[in-house]
Amino acid sequence: MFDFYFEIPLVLRLFIQGLAVIMVIFPIAGACSMAERKVAAWIQDRPGPNRAIVPWVAWIPFLGKFLQRLGVFHVMADGGKMLFKEDSLPGHVNKFYFILAPIVAMIPALTTVVAVPFGAYFDAAGKVIPLGLAPLDVGMLAVFAVSSLGVYSMILAGWASNSKYPFLGSVRASAQLISYELSMTLAVLPVFLWVNAPGTPGTMGFGAVVEFQSQPGFLGGMWFGFLMPVSAFIFLVALFAETNRQPFDTVESEADLVGSFHTEYGAFKWGLFFVAEYSHMIVGSGVFMLLFGGGWNPLPWVSLATAVGWLGHILPFAHAPLFVGLLSISIFMGKVLAMIFFFMWVRWTLPRFRYDQVMKIGWQKMLPLSIANLLFYAIAIALIQK
Amino acid sequence: MAVITVERKPLTFLERTYLPQIAGGLKTTFKHLIAPKKTLEYPEERPTIPDGYRGVPTLVMDPNGREKCVSCQLCEFVCPPKAIRITPGEIPADEPDRAHVEKGPKAFDIDMLRCIYCGLCQEVCPEEAIFLQNQFSMSGYTRAEMVNHKDRLYELGGTLPDAHFKWDKKKAAEEHGNTH
Ligand code: SF4
Ligand code: SF4
Repeated sequence: MFDFYFEIPLVLRLFIQGLAVIMVIFPIAGACSMAERKVAAWIQDRPGPNRAIVPWVAWIPFLGKFLQRLGVFHVMADGGKMLFKEDSLPGHVNKFYFILAPIVAMIPALTTVVAVPFGAYFDAAGKVIPLGLAPLDVGMLAVFAVSSLGVYSMILAGWASNSKYPFLGSVRASAQLISYELSMTLAVLPVFLWVNAPGTPGTMGFGAVVEFQSQPGFLGGMWFGFLMPVSAFIFLVALFAETNRQPFDTVESEADLVGSFHTEYGAFKWGLFFVAEYSHMIVGSGVFMLLFGGGWNPLPWVSLATAVGWLGHILPFAHAPLFVGLLSISIFMGKVLAMIFFFMWVRWTLPRFRYDQVMKIGWQKMLPLSIANLLFYAIAIALIQK
Repeated sequence: MAVITVERKPLTFLERTYLPQIAGGLKTTFKHLIAPKKTLEYPEERPTIPDGYRGVPTLVMDPNGREKCVSCQLCEFVCPPKAIRITPGEIPADEPDRAHVEKGPKAFDIDMLRCIYCGLCQEVCPEEAIFLQNQFSMSGYTRAEMVNHKDRLYELGGTLPDAHFKWDKKKAAEEHGNTH
């Protein structure tokens, strides 16, 4: 059925796939900004944005009204506003780097997606093939390496803006990212120590981690989130800090830094920073779910293969690779969206930490905790796996 | 006064991790997430106006559909920001049902850009002709639009029930040959 697709040259095929993924990430990032407003409103007992509507959708009896109340069309209105607004270029900035910064923000944000598998299917031999743009064996390293480049855009933006607040904000951003990257990296090490048992081919890929969480048996089907709660917790906290989300929002803190590195930005360039931030969140949540949340397995102790086996009793086409692929992608996307909701929920719950508190938590609490955690699991795994 | 020294308890380990507090906070916000909304969707839904609300000042008619204002200009004098401008006038001779009314305003302007909604005009009016009613939103594109003229004031004010029927009584007294 899809033979024609595999006959086109590989480069073109990868190009199409990449484009498809970007076409999904961009609207999701846009929808996230809308969801953020909606969740904020609901938590504050307001209905939130619910006015914009496209005329011909308004003619659909109930659905149109429902979509309008949900604020779906505000995404378009916001996007249109962002596109057509005057894109001002302040006179006192370093123009080249000022324009470069938002572009640099987009590159790592969209590049990390490459290494993250977002689904899986079974080939004829029943082997799990992860679905992703580039199923790298060094997936985790690639994500860490590229996502830290994101801070360059903030430094560039802050420095090129040639004004105090953006500059301070970008200095904060770089310090914060460095502080939390350490504990984040140390937190995921136990997972890979556990996955790379002696005698197995070494891997840092996500596919292997998810496969490891879909084994039969009590311990085999256990997600790493249950097996290593401290690791998961440290990773989660570091993720909040890395994506500059509340309560680690010191980089953007409007109260003391106006708007930090994007103070001088407006219109589309400003929007790009936000799309980059949400893409970071999406990729970060994806990585968290792959490592600690079982990836595309629907439930703990219920792997994708088991679930497909059950569905096979009801649906005759359940074993078709296309169906399994779509099923796994939707399970994974569901988990990622749940994580993003959690990000928003936390944002409207916790106040921002002061900057010195952020540093203190990072260096004096998270780092020792992650080192102790690593030592504990290193010894435990050495004893178990011998 | 006795000074009581309250001992400050040191935070427990759990409290210092913040985690129970964060969980509590998340629970509270989640309750609000699913709770019914507390806001009004303004242009469609209007708040209920409490009694005694001081909205836009308006002129009212009596139940006979006659102007109550006799253009005594007391409100003009009392108005602190001088928002009211009145041009007094006589009652036209061709309106027999208003014959007993002493006078009426030829023009009556309230500049809503000046008005401070103090309600003194309502309080001072001897004829109970000017009332601050429920309307709370005034908007316009120009300064001129923000001046309420006489017809607009009557349109906003409408008719209010009257307890005195002063002019009817005066007419009746006159018909009895008793001018006062
Ligand atoms: S509104 Fe009342 S106070 Fe003002 S001029 Fe008319 S009668 Fe006099
Ligand atoms: S409410 Fe006060 S300010 Fe407004 S017109 Fe009456 S007296 Fe003047």
